[in-house]
Amino acid sequence: MTNIGEVLRLERLCVEYDGDHVLEDVDLTITAGEFVAVLGPNGSGKTTMVRAALGLQQFDHGRVFLFGTPLQRFREWRRVALVPQRLPGASSIPVSVWESVLSGLISPRRRWRPFSREEKAAATQALHDVGLWDRRHDRLDALSGGQQRRALVARALAPSPDLLVMDEPTAGVDAEHVARLTDVLSGLSARGTTIIVITHELTGIAHLVTRAIVLDPLARTSVAFDGPPPLPSSITDGVHHHDGPDEHAPSAIGLEP
Amino acid sequence: MTALLDFDFMRRALVAAALVGLIAPLIGVFLVQRRLALLGDGMGHVALTGVGLAFLLGTAPIPTAMATAVAGAFLIEFIRYRSRTAGDVALALLFYGGIAGGVMLASLAPGRASSSLNAYLFGSLSTVAEADLLALGVLCLVVVAVVAVLGREMFSVSLDPDLAAVQGIRVRAMSTLMAVLAAVVVVVGMRVVGLLLVSAIMIVPVAAAQQVTRSFRGTAILAIVIGLAASLAGLVGSFYVEVPPGPTIVLVALAGFAVMAMLAVPIRRRRREPA
Repeated sequence: MTNIGEVLRLERLCVEYDGDHVLEDVDLTITAGEFVAVLGPNGSGKTTMVRAALGLQQFDHGRVFLFGTPLQRFREWRRVALVPQRLPGASSIPVSVWESVLSGLISPRRRWRPFSREEKAAATQALHDVGLWDRRHDRLDALSGGQQRRALVARALAPSPDLLVMDEPTAGVDAEHVARLTDVLSGLSARGTTIIVITHELTGIAHLVTRAIVLDPLARTSVAFDGPPPLPSSITDGVHHHDGPDEHAPSAIGLEP
Repeated sequence: MTALLDFDFMRRALVAAALVGLIAPLIGVFLVQRRLALLGDGMGHVALTGVGLAFLLGTAPIPTAMATAVAGAFLIEFIRYRSRTAGDVALALLFYGGIAGGVMLASLAPGRASSSLNAYLFGSLSTVAEADLLALGVLCLVVVAVVAVLGREMFSVSLDPDLAAVQGIRVRAMSTLMAVLAAVVVVVGMRVVGLLLVSAIMIVPVAAAQQVTRSFRGTAILAIVIGLAASLAGLVGSFYVEVPPGPTIVLVALAGFAVMAMLAVPIRRRRREPA
């Protein structure tokens, strides 16, 4: 049954690596306009869950729907953008910041057509939004780690996606640019863009989060908490006691009660 | 130079060298980006099996080498995706299997086939026949057309396969296509540069260009200029020095790399200076 405004639905999703359960029976539906933080200790399956949701990771059981369409039949990829932690190919041949942002607009649906004026304007705006317009001619690998992350955010912003998935978008980004990114994300969220952020540090963007999903690797089902912040103390106290203190615990990132 | 152009075989060799110099770096730039610089070498070795097979069966070397190299391209992508074999091990298997198969088949072939294998290994000024030029021209046009249409998707896959997949790009198909294009370049280059060194024309001009460039597009354009210049200058040099063209072309390209590496330091320093 498809809900109106449904963006992502996972049904009993299970992922195993060599017999080990990484994700167990994940059931959740994310609807349009939600700002979701995916939290959990290292190894809890945060990135695996999101990769499986985008078809980048094979799963053993369960079903995935994007915008109400089964993942296998989903073709409207222009509506989805991903911000990875880094670009592996950016360090071999020089790739300019401008090229990396424009690459977010590449689509197999229009191979012949060069980038339109509107698309170039969107890329320009995205670079202004993350404060990298002046560095557009520079090699991506010549930027600092935080600047590279901002360039990847600009790449994801350029196509104006309906679903924006970000893996640690603020790691290594200085406070000034986290604030700038927060403004951009706030504007996107207000316009109805669904945002999923996998993160260890919500500093600066915690107030935008409308829903937190906490994964626990040792629970019977992987999702230990799914709801609006603040997180209940049973979660902030309990999830991380399996392997001692964890600086990445939800209690350390601003969603505690 | 006029004397050189008086020879039919030299005019054909010059056209063939220009075609290789144009398309080899055009494909090489994607291979380097994907850290598959040795893929062309693997294809060269597999194509050698095709040449050996052509000697044995008495068929034309270009189509037979092409069919074998393209089959090798599919095989290597299959090995990379389906088995737990790492990319470099998969390439090593192609290297060994290709060269062993080529020498074995050529040895079994009647006549003096194994001695003419040298011309295919290191290139020869006199092996480009009139009929070959048309085939090479068509192959080059195909490569350029494919890059013109699918180049942006190939770039995206080279940059990050995961991001490309989230853009709806068929990553495996693009990856296989790039391996097939490398196979085509190898066959185009085997007459002039030779199967053992044709991969160098895919990689060395790209390595030279990226010393001084700041963008993928800039690297591709400069690499083509260097590849073209090295192919033509090397071919002319080999005519006068009377050595096989393959090694001469590669040495000229390596000299281009050295020049670019020396220019890189002042160029980068100048870019860092405030305007």
